[in-house]
Amino acid sequence: MELDPLLLSRIQFAFVVSFHAIFPVFTIGLASYIAVLEGIYYKTQNPVYARLSQFWIKIFAIVFGMGVVSGIVMAFQFGTNWSAFSFSASNFLGPILSYEVVTAFFLEATFLGVLLFGRSKVPPGIHLFAACMVALGTFISSFWILAANSWMQTPGGVEMREGMIHMTSWTEAIFNSSLPYRFAHMALASFITGGFVVAGVSAYYLLKGRHPNTSKKALKMCVLLLAVTTPLQLVVGDLHGLNSFENQPMKVAAMEGHWETKQGAPLILFAIPDAANETNHFEIGIPYLGSLILTHSMDGEVPGLLEVPREDRPPVGPVFWSFRIMVGLGILFIGLSLLSAYLLWRGRLYESPKVLRALSWMIPMPFVAVLAGWFVTEIGRQPWIIHGLLRASEGVTPSLSGGMALSTLIGYVAVYAVVFAAGLHYLRIVIGKGPVDTGEQAGLDPVARPKRPWSAISHDEPQPQQ
Amino acid sequence: MELIDLTLVWVGIIGLGVFMYVLMDGFDLGVGILFPFAPNDDARDEMMNSVAPVWDGNETWLILGGAGLLAAFPLIYAVFLPALYIGVFLLLAGLIFRGIAFEFRFKAKAARHWWDRSFFIGSTLASFAQGAVVGAYIQGFNVVNFQYVGGPFDWLTPFTVMTGLGVVTGYALLGVTWTILKTEGTTQAWAYRLAPWLLLGVFAFFVIVSIWTPLASERAAQRWFDKIDWIWAFPAATVATGYWIHTQLKKRAEALPFVGSLVLFALFYIGLLITQWPLAVPPDHTFWDAASDSGSQLFLLIGVLFLIPIILTYTAWTYWVFRGKVKAGAGYAGH
Ligand code: HDD
Ligand code: HEM
Ligand code: HEM
Repeated sequence: MELDPLLLSRIQFAFVVSFHAIFPVFTIGLASYIAVLEGIYYKTQNPVYARLSQFWIKIFAIVFGMGVVSGIVMAFQFGTNWSAFSFSASNFLGPILSYEVVTAFFLEATFLGVLLFGRSKVPPGIHLFAACMVALGTFISSFWILAANSWMQTPGGVEMREGMIHMTSWTEAIFNSSLPYRFAHMALASFITGGFVVAGVSAYYLLKGRHPNTSKKALKMCVLLLAVTTPLQLVVGDLHGLNSFENQPMKVAAMEGHWETKQGAPLILFAIPDAANETNHFEIGIPYLGSLILTHSMDGEVPGLLEVPREDRPPVGPVFWSFRIMVGLGILFIGLSLLSAYLLWRGRLYESPKVLRALSWMIPMPFVAVLAGWFVTEIGRQPWIIHGLLRASEGVTPSLSGGMALSTLIGYVAVYAVVFAAGLHYLRIVIGKGPVDTGEQAGLDPVARPKRPWSAISHDEPQPQQ
Repeated sequence: MELIDLTLVWVGIIGLGVFMYVLMDGFDLGVGILFPFAPNDDARDEMMNSVAPVWDGNETWLILGGAGLLAAFPLIYAVFLPALYIGVFLLLAGLIFRGIAFEFRFKAKAARHWWDRSFFIGSTLASFAQGAVVGAYIQGFNVVNFQYVGGPFDWLTPFTVMTGLGVVTGYALLGVTWTILKTEGTTQAWAYRLAPWLLLGVFAFFVIVSIWTPLASERAAQRWFDKIDWIWAFPAATVATGYWIHTQLKKRAEALPFVGSLVLFALFYIGLLITQWPLAVPPDHTFWDAASDSGSQLFLLIGVLFLIPIILTYTAWTYWVFRGKVKAGAGYAGH
């Protein structure tokens, strides 16, 4: 069998970027949370916040580390596997990705050192400042990378001449039509992810009767955050979809499972799309609702996949299913967040084992939703690499053989398996230990504290760097 | 005709970026290369603690190099990466294993020696791959119509293996002089013992590469032997710097051997640029052939001129915060 470098490169890109994406989406949310904790501690001097912050900084360091090493791979994937695409789009993508480095990566990486190791070496105010800079860096970083990605979905401000992209307007290209929605959706996704992880871990401690003071504080903060962000995500997601409906109608047709162009299209809840026969099996839908959502009119026209030739259609099944997984989870999140907020208001949340258990089970779910969302976006863009301008088949590296692509794909899978297994292992150890409840002054005067013998997780309390 | 040649400005900026990378990540990769040879576990703790707060920032210069090339010289990006496909994978795999070792080593107990190994192998692999890239740049690439058309292992020749090993030795020298600067006691004594040998090794590679390069590349031979003139000042300065480092090591100076090693790297780097100038993708394409649209170069230049000084300022500030000697037991703390 002939190994196809295009297919293998797509699989490889999807694998490395999916692996990468799960870390930033968590660290973006968590960085802001840590900055907030540090800020409250700075104001109130209440040691509970110092303990919480120290605990989550430990988790942050592990996850951020995995985000960094997998992110470095991304910066070179464009060149190794998609050199024709990179070359063609370099006039736009080059400056954008470089701006990400100079405005965000340096900021995050440098101040991370101070956040992790500097507590005893800089005044508290500067330490808080470092926490804020790390959080700010994660947002600047998402802005640029999402500008690049959104431009690939809805390109603007450029023209294609002799296979090269040339700029006509930087503002139109950077602030392309899908960026505001994607940025808002992604920022909310980060808060939701961070919120559910912190809430889930705190709920787990409360169930076990451990660290009650810190856990109650953390859970309360997160439940309030989630009660606002999860419903908002539905609204933003809806607007995002409307924007895609205008710019990438075939993606939306695949998301919705529409084959024929219809006036008064149904909202399909369940179906098994069949691309070979261009139809759905076992379709269950609500009449007219599809048109109502997408066009805001009962008999609005909704284009179907049959509008374009087969080779211009995205793969339907994965887009259709990923979309349902994301939206399904989104609705589940709304339900659980509102229920928890209600119980919190009635003062019963901390004594409701069922809800606490549900919250702790929810920890992996935002990651699933995020990946599902990216699958909708990216697979729905096929067969284009830059929507309407360049096909993925034209973007792949010409000198790349199937064997080379396969060998590095296997290599990345093997390397990431080790990284991921080790990362989860150490995260479990850190979570197993929990925020140190002993010594109310933890984090207050690290220099004065006696050095403790090395333990499995070596240092629990901060110690001076030197 | 434009007032300033943007392409030339960008050669300067990318040149500075790559140079910053080599200097800053060079010493922390070097610390990794020396890891298994350290006298004891305390020394390893000290060595790792000495670079833990700054390595991530140092490595960011590499990402800037990658993204900056895509922005200013897309041809280099689109030829080097496919041509060095397997080498790039090794580089990245090396950086991954070394990067996670920072976080995991201090959390591990029984598995700690695995992360020691991961740190050592990752650092060595990444350094070797970088040296091989330099060799491949001297060798040149098979390019037709702005696309790489050579095979997957064209880059791997005896010459590039040698430049790879040369860079491993050079980074080890940076690492050992850094260790002298940041430690005391047993660890520092060990570093003082090792440093002269690494200096010798670096000079051995310097001689071999200097003889081999003109033999391997006619272009280089012409550049260096056509007329005897000022460019010979660079090898002369290199030898003088090496001698000076040696005296400083004998005098047990703490900071100057490190400074000398940085100067040594600067001289190698300038020598390389002189050999290759003005070729971006040898043998045929110059930096001007490889450049992106001047509009794109200008758009990024405006931001970079403003931001690089800010980045350098806060980078310098963190080095200031973490100045002084490190100690073993009290290290990877606070998180
Ligand atoms: C919405 C967020 C987001 C998305 C979609 C991506 N990234 Fe990312 N990336 C981040 C958000 C982020 C971050 C939060 O800023 C990280 C996580 C850890 C870090 O250092 O910064 C990061 C790290 C990170 C790094 C390491 C930076 C460092 O050393 O500090 C690189 C080189 C990239 N990314 C490159 C990419 C590329 C080429 C992507 C496109 C496919 C990509 N990222 C998708
Ligand atoms: C971070 C989260 C992301 C995830 C999970 C993700 C997921 C995916 C998936 C699943 C594919 C494969 C689609 C297919 O071939 O069927 C893909 C392809 C691709 N994506 Fe993304 N993506 C992400 C972000 C980005 C960003 C930010 C960019 C650009 C800056 C990008 C650029 C690409 C490119 C170049 C390809 C390969 C060519 C193609 O198949 O279109 N992706 N991605
Ligand atoms: C609650 C209802 C939700 C709706 C209606 C919705 C809607 C959408 C739509 C239409 C897209 C595709 C955009 C495109 O066409 O390219 C998308 C993408 C995405 N969604 Fe959602 N979403 C919802 C919930 C969520 C949740 C809960 C998360 C994660 C916590 C999430 C994370 C993402 C991500 C990461 C992407 C890809 C990036 C992007 O294009 O913005 N979504 N969403």
